Amino acid sequence: MRRSMLFLPGNNPNMLINAACLGADAVIFDLEDAVAPAEKDAARILVRNALRSMDFEGTETVVRINSVDTPYWQEDLRQVLPERPNVILLPKASTPSDVLLVDAFLSDMERELGVEEGTFLLMPLIETALGVENAYLIASSAPRICALFLGAEDLTADLCCTRTKEGREIEYARARLVVAARAAGKDVYDTPFTDVSDDEGIVTDANLARALGFTGKASISPRHVDAINAAFSPTEREIRYALEVLEAINRAKSEGKGAVSLHGKMIDAPIVARAERTLAAAESLGLIGRKV
Amino acid sequence: MNVRTLASAGTLESSDAYVEVLPSDGGVTVEVESIVKRQFGAAIEASVREVAAALDVASCEIRIHDRGALDCVIRARVETAIRRAGGDE
Amino acid sequence: MSKLAKSIRDAIREVGLKSGMTVSFHHHMRNGDRVLVSVLNEIAALGIRDLTLNASSLFDTHAPILDHIRSGVIGRIMTNYMSGAVGRAISRGIMDAPVEFRTHGGRPADMERGTTPVDVAFVAAPTADERGNCTGKLGKSACGSLGYAFADAKYARKVVVITDNLVPYPLETVSISEDLVDLVVEVDEIGDPRGIVSGTTKITRDPVGLVMAQQAARVIEASGLLRDGFSFQTGAGGASLAAARFLKEIMLKKEIQGSFGLGGITSYMVEMLRAGCFERLLDVQCFDLDAVESIRQDPRHQEISAMQYASPLEATAAVNRLDVVILGATEIDTDFNVNVHTDSSGSIMGGSGGHSDTAHGAKLSMIIAPMFRARLPIVTDRVNCISTPGEDIDVLVTQGGIAVNPRRAELRDRLLDAGLPVIDIHALKEKTERITGKPEPLCKGDRVVAEVVSRDGDILDRIYSISDGD
Repeated sequence: MRRSMLFLPGNNPNMLINAACLGADAVIFDLEDAVAPAEKDAARILVRNALRSMDFEGTETVVRINSVDTPYWQEDLRQVLPERPNVILLPKASTPSDVLLVDAFLSDMERELGVEEGTFLLMPLIETALGVENAYLIASSAPRICALFLGAEDLTADLCCTRTKEGREIEYARARLVVAARAAGKDVYDTPFTDVSDDEGIVTDANLARALGFTGKASISPRHVDAINAAFSPTEREIRYALEVLEAINRAKSEGKGAVSLHGKMIDAPIVARAERTLAAAESLGLIGRKV
Repeated sequence: MNVRTLASAGTLESSDAYVEVLPSDGGVTVEVESIVKRQFGAAIEASVREVAAALDVASCEIRIHDRGALDCVIRARVETAIRRAGGDE
Repeated sequence: MSKLAKSIRDAIREVGLKSGMTVSFHHHMRNGDRVLVSVLNEIAALGIRDLTLNASSLFDTHAPILDHIRSGVIGRIMTNYMSGAVGRAISRGIMDAPVEFRTHGGRPADMERGTTPVDVAFVAAPTADERGNCTGKLGKSACGSLGYAFADAKYARKVVVITDNLVPYPLETVSISEDLVDLVVEVDEIGDPRGIVSGTTKITRDPVGLVMAQQAARVIEASGLLRDGFSFQTGAGGASLAAARFLKEIMLKKEIQGSFGLGGITSYMVEMLRAGCFERLLDVQCFDLDAVESIRQDPRHQEISAMQYASPLEATAAVNRLDVVILGATEIDTDFNVNVHTDSSGSIMGGSGGHSDTAHGAKLSMIIAPMFRARLPIVTDRVNCISTPGEDIDVLVTQGGIAVNPRRAELRDRLLDAGLPVIDIHALKEKTERITGKPEPLCKGDRVVAEVVSRDGDILDRIYSISDGD
């Protein structure tokens, strides 16, 4: 279950060594924007060593490599892939060919390292106008693509508009990415909320992202992780309803009834599927079967 | 790898180490200054020598200014400094 | 007859201070204190030697006393806390007699028992009248509560009040009253306000500190103690204050009306009082300007003495009615013994203060500490110094899990039921050492430089010298 994804600067040991303790479902070791050009070598060696020797317990590891228009991305991958990060985040993915370039490199590395084809998952970061327009093509360009990820800071610069807290300027991009990713059968992650000290703003923004259909949301601050996890976790009410739905279905089955209704409303297949998803999520979060 | 020039890596911030590598003759010498030298001085020196050996460094002087960095951090900083000192090989 | 003495030196002469006697000081001026050093300078100038110094705490500003130790003016030290500048010198063995460390409750108890008689107490007072009535709430050097000074005033043979704000009799609000005071001296300055109280005590921004603070608040919520009538104390460390902030949110959300907040008081406790989390603050010491302002103006914010706070001779001492206390540690061992006296090199840099008093009294005593600091694991096989015995510590909260004292099985079950990440303390130690590596043990020096006296008067542990060059 990947609700929150927390960016950590790749050359900062203090943050890296506590990655597993910050409450995020996934941490993103950033080799791109958070690292100055002169420190790219230091950061990729540090991240590689951290991946090699730290126990991240249940926390997923993601590495944001540098984009394909830089001289860094191949070396980034050569250093970190042997340590098996869970996902590679590719910035500035604007066309399927950007993604296929990296896809081919990952396949080569898989052969070289003797691991199964498709082991290394890829998440394109959509942060250009062209990327948004190509979102479905990008999402469906390779089987190893596990999700799309929206990056609103670079995108708004590319759109020549101002990034605001309310986010009217990214409404279209958000909706487009959700539709594109879901159409391709992939997950989709929302851009970070960047006002680190606005504890209420993050709640609103995370709830909006969930309402739009995002799978989870990225964060640049550990302070936002709890709000994101809460927004993307099933609520007690949702869990209770899901349990009722499945109970009603089972009862109907045992009684040999075809149509099932709950609280006077017909239960159809999508409602059952949603209930099953809710319970699976609740189960993986340990929200079922304990006293709260 | 030959250490050809002076190079450094890392910072003096807490949980990091600042590492300097200098060309020298006659083997690898290691100097450790650390806020946890009593508890980890020997372990730090051993790690530094391991990294130098793994990179086939025959001779150089390595100075560690440690601010309580974990082993994987010290190893990363030493490797970065040595690679920088070696130039493009 | 007037109680006014013209100078500190005159006062020392008038009370008849002689070589070999005991002088006492309180630490409400904290690191801004000017009184302790100026009195000892005068004592030295008068040729008096071999004194016992009984100070409730010693800070870096008191480092000039090291000269008086070397020259023989001070022969013995009793204190509850000693910061690094003085502690390092003591740890190198500059004194022949070991320093006696007590607790904030044990110190007044030992004065009352007569085991540590005081000849002359010098009481720094931010405001006093000429008959000796004094208070910490008023004046340019205001420090708020004078809690630790009450025992000195009550049990010392002679009491000298030293003030930089002498006002006409009668003083409007009295902490220590004239019947306990023999002499009053007016000086230019008893302290540097910047060192007395901090502007605001800051909660941590460190992500790991916030994670621990949140877990700490959840532990309190799950403990079963958080209900109407709740009482609480927390230290002034960044993570402890953050825990208080999270706790406040929970209390307000659940509409819990607590009874009292205790201890050294910070702006965060004042906020909790004002928000309705508590009916009273019981204040033995103010840590910041908001606390000073509050104790001056809010009748619900009450000054208490160290005896009321923590004395083992007072059956009704406030610590015994405490539900939860949050404390720090430099080390904790697998038997839950806590060290707050020495640093990672074995050098003195702290002391119990109220640590073991509150840990003993509170129903739930919680340590918040990171799994490691600068690569040094917090959990060890045996602490270098036992400041508070493990039987009084109930739970350790780290970012890597929550360890519950095996004596508290019911607490462990409650935390597990609440879905909190409970971990055996041995497993936590191993988990930490997998990250940090296993540190080499410290070699203790051969001399005892300090003794830790428990609140009941027994020797709890001894602190050994460290060698030079470390």
